[in-house]
Amino acid sequence: MTDTISDDIYQQVILENNRSPKNFRRMEHPTHMAEGINPLCGDAYTVYLCVSEEGTITDVSFDGRGCAISKASASMMTECLIGRTEEDAKRLFEEFHEMVVGNALGDEERAHLGKLRVFAGVWRYPARVKCAALPWHAMQSAIRGDSTATTEDSM
Amino acid sequence: MSVSPVMNAPLQESTAFPVDRIRSDFPILQKQVRGKPLTYLDSAATALKPQCVVDAVSGYYLEESANVHRGVHYLSQRATESYEASRERVRGLLNARQPEEIVFTSGATAAINMVARGLAESVLQPGDEVLITHMEHHSNIVPWQMIRDSHGINLKVAPITDSGELDMDAFAELLGPRTRLVSVVHVSNSLGTVNPVKTIARLAHEHDALVLVDAAQSVACMPVDVRDLDCDFLVFSGHKLFGPTGVGVLYGKLDRLEALPPWVGGGDMILSVTFEKTTYNRVPMKFEAGTANIAGVIGLGRAVEYVNDLGMENIAAYERQLRDYAMEVLSGISDLRLVGTAAEKAAILSFLVGDIHAHDMGTLLDVEGIALRTGHHCTQPVMDRFDIAATARASLSIYNVREDVDRLAEGILHAKKVMQ
Repeated sequence: MTDTISDDIYQQVILENNRSPKNFRRMEHPTHMAEGINPLCGDAYTVYLCVSEEGTITDVSFDGRGCAISKASASMMTECLIGRTEEDAKRLFEEFHEMVVGNALGDEERAHLGKLRVFAGVWRYPARVKCAALPWHAMQSAIRGDSTATTEDSM
Repeated sequence: MSVSPVMNAPLQESTAFPVDRIRSDFPILQKQVRGKPLTYLDSAATALKPQCVVDAVSGYYLEESANVHRGVHYLSQRATESYEASRERVRGLLNARQPEEIVFTSGATAAINMVARGLAESVLQPGDEVLITHMEHHSNIVPWQMIRDSHGINLKVAPITDSGELDMDAFAELLGPRTRLVSVVHVSNSLGTVNPVKTIARLAHEHDALVLVDAAQSVACMPVDVRDLDCDFLVFSGHKLFGPTGVGVLYGKLDRLEALPPWVGGGDMILSVTFEKTTYNRVPMKFEAGTANIAGVIGLGRAVEYVNDLGMENIAAYERQLRDYAMEVLSGISDLRLVGTAAEKAAILSFLVGDIHAHDMGTLLDVEGIALRTGHHCTQPVMDRFDIAATARASLSIYNVREDVDRLAEGILHAKKVMQ
């Protein structure tokens, strides 16, 4: 049995974030929150955000259930977003999305994505792109003031 | 973790079932996926196609491409003969009384919708009841909900037990004076349960209710005899019977079909048309408006011939062996939970392993060249019944061997190791 997959989609960092997700908690007083639902598999997360008046994300957390890819993606998303602006979060999602659908990234985008690049292998499994993008959709909906995002919405 | 001693069983089956020859009939089995030999365990979603079916489809386009029931020219007549020969083959497969009882549709879904719409526009009155079961595919739920909302009928649902069997006592109690139709799946696509449709039909008829059987899964894995079952309607899709996609069958007792108004109007379903009045064609043409999927129908006819040559009894016996072997192997894997453990069960095994998400399992198996279905299998109420979001589902067919089951077991053990 080969272990090629660990070079590919189920990288160690992803498996660790699935086992022990960061910021996996309900937030008591978020300024923004939204649910992300994948109707194809029933996966559902709630993403909570605290955004300052200046538009800086001061806290992010999530709870809910889903597969290893979506949970690890949510975990690593929360780590990356703290301290960033709403604008920066939007740009990061766009770059993340470009990466997981398999489009080539420029040097600046690669640097910007940092450790989120462990999800670069997801494009080989098109059915799983939605899993990786699900918490990001929820985050964007929360910032926009929508209550729900589904993977069936276009980006 | 070990699944021995049944692992590493010889590839060759002990029965006379010619599985090696069958495997060579399906060219796609020679393909590699993701660099691994294909282990196809997703026949409940769609069956693979033997070369003879592919040849029948291309043969139509290459040798006798013409419309049917229309031209007097040579090719049109040949195409019509091939098309109608398929109808006769399907009649034989189902043991229907006459070919007129076989209507070609685009699939089982279209066939159920055809009956739902037809009954709604004829016999169903507000307050009448349609009885289904908790294990129906969405295609046998949604059409009835649509006419519930448009025509004011009531939709009743018979419950299932923890092993995934129909609760027959509860079913019998739900039959009543307003029950007009019982629509029930023969073999559950997500649980594998084989329902006692003959008994169901008898009980329903005692209440003067019609019976529709969804045979989408059963038709490919066991003999299905509409006269023995005594159902009023029966539907299936060609692609699950090793035939092309986009073609299916509505069987109906002749008088039932004659009483059912057509759902789609157009060419070929008429005897005469003026702007004042149209006279519909006789059964089955009444239900086949527009140019049909001629190549699909011809391919389906060839697929029926293929399974007839193997013998449905032989297929059923072989798949029972495979099912028993797969149940034994999977039951030996710790933390593996089978969903659907009915006493009467087809070679369809839904399972969950520990807290591994079905989609992670699906992807980890995909990397090993193992194709199986993950998700809710278009049976969300079944998932809700067992309080789960999704399962992985291995479904076995005529071209599967014990080695496929062994590969699946190895893949599951590998997935457990990766995800632990």
